[in-house]
Formats: sequence, C-alpha cells, structure tokens
Amino acid sequence: MSAALQGTEALRTVPAPSPRRRRRRSSVNGGTNWWVTALIAVCSLTVLIPLYFTIITALKTPDQLGGTGFEWPTSVRWENFSDAYQLTNFPRALLNTALITVGAVVLTLLTNSLVAYAIARNMHKKFFRGLYFYFLAAIFVPFPIIMLPVVKETALLGLDTPVGLILLYTVYGLSFNIFIFVAYIQSIPIELEEAARMDGASTWGVFWKVVFPLLAPMNATVGILTCVWAWNDFLLPLVVLSDPSAQTLPLAQFIFQGQFNTNYTVAFASYLMALAPLLIVYVIAQKWVVSGVMRGSVK
Amino acid sequence: MTAPVASTPRRTATPRRTGRTPRAFFWMVVPAVVIFFGLHTIPVLTGMFFSLTNYAGYGTWDLVGLSNYVNLFLDDRVLNSYGFTFGFAIVSTVLVNVIALAIALGLNARIKFKTAFRGVFFIPYVLAILIIGYVFNYLFANSFPAIFESLGITGLSGNILADPNFAWIGIVITTVWQAAAFNVILYLAGLQTIPGEIYEAAGIDGASAWRRFWSLTFPLIGAYFTINMVLSFKSFLQVFDQIVALTNGGPGTSTESIAMVIYRGGFQGGEYGYQMANAVVYLFVIILVSFIQLRFLQRREASY
Repeated sequence: MSAALQGTEALRTVPAPSPRRRRRRSSVNGGTNWWVTALIAVCSLTVLIPLYFTIITALKTPDQLGGTGFEWPTSVRWENFSDAYQLTNFPRALLNTALITVGAVVLTLLTNSLVAYAIARNMHKKFFRGLYFYFLAAIFVPFPIIMLPVVKETALLGLDTPVGLILLYTVYGLSFNIFIFVAYIQSIPIELEEAARMDGASTWGVFWKVVFPLLAPMNATVGILTCVWAWNDFLLPLVVLSDPSAQTLPLAQFIFQGQFNTNYTVAFASYLMALAPLLIVYVIAQKWVVSGVMRGSVK
Repeated sequence: MTAPVASTPRRTATPRRTGRTPRAFFWMVVPAVVIFFGLHTIPVLTGMFFSLTNYAGYGTWDLVGLSNYVNLFLDDRVLNSYGFTFGFAIVSTVLVNVIALAIALGLNARIKFKTAFRGVFFIPYVLAILIIGYVFNYLFANSFPAIFESLGITGLSGNILADPNFAWIGIVITTVWQAAAFNVILYLAGLQTIPGEIYEAAGIDGASAWRRFWSLTFPLIGAYFTINMVLSFKSFLQVFDQIVALTNGGPGTSTESIAMVIYRGGFQGGEYGYQMANAVVYLFVIILVSFIQLRFLQRREASY
C-alpha cells in the first residue's frame, strides 16, 4: 500500500512521460537495437494479420472463401458492403452509437469533473471524504449484480432508451473517473483559485473559469476512455434497450448473426463497417490517443 | 489508472481559511450522489433482497430465506461456471501481463519506428471485443484448421471451439489479443517514469539485461504490475462478450461464464431470485480476490 502510494505521489507532478528525455538517453547510449526492432516487428504482425483477414474477407466473393482464407482477393465484390448496409440498417445503428457515445462523453466530462472538484477541495471534511470512499468502493462491484435489477428499474423509469444509456455510462464511469480526477485536481495549486476568489468569482465561477480549463489533459484521458467504452459496449445496450430501432453497432452485429447465416463475406463487410469509424478516428489521432491513455495511468 | 487503494487522499488546504464549506460545493455533489445511489446502489440492494426470494422475474414471490444460496452449491452448472471463469481469468491475466510487459520492454528499448509500432499494438483496444470474437470464430473454425492441415498437423485440424475440452483456449487467445493492447500502454507509461540515470547510479550497467530487469526495472514498476494484475483479473472474471461471439457457452455448457449464467438464468430462465443469489456470491468473491491480490502483490513492490 505505502509503496504504491509513494509511487503515485512521486509521479503526480510529472505531467507526461517526456519523449525528449528518451531521445537524449538513446543518443548517449548509442545505436538502434535491430534485434529488438525485428522482434517487435514480428510481434506486431499478430495484431495486423487478423485485421488484414477481416478486410480481405469483406472484399471477396463467396466462392473465394475456401482454403486458409488469407489469399488476396482475385475479384472484389463491393455489394458485400451495400448488402450489409441494408441488412443491419447500418446508418441507424451508426447514428445511435454516435449519439450515445457523444452524449456519454460530454455528460461525463461536465459532471464527473465537477463532483471530483468538490470532493478534492473538501477532502478534510468527513462528508466529502466519505463520499470519495463510497464512490471508490463501487469499483469493486461487478456489473452482473446490477444487471438484473437495473433492467427492471430503467424499464420502470422509462430509461430503457439511448438517453437512459447515456445516463448509465455517466453514472457507472463516475467511480473510476473521480479517482483519476481527484488525484489530478489535488496537484493543482490552490492559490490560483484563491486569487480568482479574491477577484470576486463564485465557487461555480472558479470551477468553470479556472479549474475546468486546467483539467484539459485529464478531460482528454477520461474522454478517450469513455468514448471507447460506450462505443464498443455490448452487454449494457443488450439488456437495457427495449426498442429494436435504438440498437447500437455491436448489438446489430449480434442480432443479425442469424441472418448472415453462412453469408460470411457480407458478415465480414458488416463487421468491418462497425469497426471502421473508431479505427479511422484512432489512426488519425493515434499519438494523441496513446499519450492521453498513458497520462491517465501516470496519475 | 492506478488502483483505488493506491491513493489515500491528501489533506489539502481548506478552500476558505474560515473553514465553512461554500454551499456550492454541496450542490456540485448532491445531484450526482442521488443519481448514483438510485442507479447503482439501489439495484445492488434490491438485488440482494431478491436473492432471498423465489422471484422468477415476473409474477408473485415469497421469501425463501437462504435456500437459494444452499442450492447454488449443489448446482453443477453454477459450479462449472465458477471453475471455467476462474481458470479462464487466471490464465488470461498471467498471459496478458507477461506478453504486455514483454512488448512494452521491447517498445521502450532503442528500436526504430517506435511510435508507429506503439500505435499498432494499441489498435485492438479501440475494437469491440464482440466483433473481434466473430472474426476469430471464423479463423478458428475455418482458417486455422486449413493451415494445420496443410502443414500435416492433423491433431489440430479440427475446430478448437467445437471441442469441450479445448474451446476455452480459443477464448483465451481472443481475449489476450484484445486485452494486451491496453496493458502494453500502461506498462510503457510505467517504464518511461524510470529515469535512465538510475541504472548508472545502481552501478550494474554492465550486468546482463535479465539481471537489470529483475533487480531494477521490475521492482520499480511494481505498482503498475499490481494494478494491472488486479484490474485485468477483475475484468476477466466478468467475461461475457467474447464468449457470446465464440462459443455462446458451448459446446454444452463447458464455456459458460458466471456473467453468462446470471444473464441467461435471470432473463430467460425465470431464475431471477436464484441468479441474484449467484450474483451476491460473485460480488463477495470478487471483493475477496481483489484484496488478497493487493495484499500479496504489494508486499513485493519497491519504493523509491
């Protein structure tokens, strides 16, 4: 316990792993280690090969399927995508997933940081300290124990909708997010807030004008984690959503398994279309995403 | 991303020297607490209550005391799911952490194209495990048997997912493929916090890489190792999505996880009360295991 504590305390002031330091060290120690480079390159194939397989299978005609399936497609059947598009009602599922994800990220960032701020600045008071541990304890509660009762409850409250899902993601992410927000807020010098208060800002004003902008790096981290979680989640939409037209991308893949039947090329086109949006965003913003997640772990 | 237990909150200076809490602070937390209590704590409490009933999920119910709990220990399907889930979670946790740490060490070494490789290894994190499961399902059923057959290894030319004894291996492979990504990044973050000078200061610059790893690197990222072990084990105990995509619990019930038994029994089998008892046991098992892991693993961490 104490070791981990010291670790986080020591790291708290380090903003992000500095690439500059690494570069300097490697230039001092000499050249590239080509053996490790080759090994890492081979290992990275284990990641790339299944992706390659997904893409080529989505492009093939059904009669090219036999064998190992790793062969380059001889002719491309673009209709796989249009078939999958219509069969799974792709635009609707995409829109649902996008709305739920954006809603969950925005609501999470606006509310979770606020709660964490109030807790972090009042940790010496019993009430807020108690709340902190109350939220943290929930990290150890597995979802299956909530699953059956929450379905009854959301149905009762009319929250068995995308809006309900947004609320659930915001609430269930709270424990973990408070944990990383509180650690970060405690590393921000309180003098800034006191100065703002001297100038007549209210507690709300201090949060929105001074603290929230300073939280930008942590907001990026929490935003990425929430986005990936809400976009890819399967179990929560499966049990909560009651209206079939509200289904999300993973849910659509599950529901249409029976209809894909042995039509594997169309199925793979559908998988690829469901994976592509987040994958494209990731490829474009790769450096930013990876460093955002790393920053979250250093706190 | 460090564990909840890792940070005992520091006592910070009072926001106002007078010590009165501005009312705004209460307004910041109270709505969140109410909603959190309503959507998280209340379901847990009602679930615990219904574990003492014979509620089917609809209709009337009676209190039945602890008989659900007694029946759990006599139920082969439930016991089997605990055995499968724990075996799966232990194997996956060990594999994910060993592989992720090895890749992170490689990425932290003096290699070319560091950023590009780092980007590649993180890709599986953004992909839905359910869909990955469908892709691997096809690979296990068609591609891998064809490859092994062409290599003349007839022992492996069947669909591993159709074999009750080995289907779990397919689930582990898929899980490790997807979950290693996140752990690689966490370990990499840990490794980059170690200043290079520390190796020189320790005077073992000439020592073998193996020795440097065990006597310096590994103890210094001990906190990361603990956190990753605890968090990945906890998430693997909740395995659901990839099983739906790969085996759907089969063949038979050989790969049914605890979450899957609760889902099926509770929603489809009219066993609401009974599966809530299962879930309560499951909750206590997870809490117990997390604390044992934390105590055991933190004893071996180094402090600096």
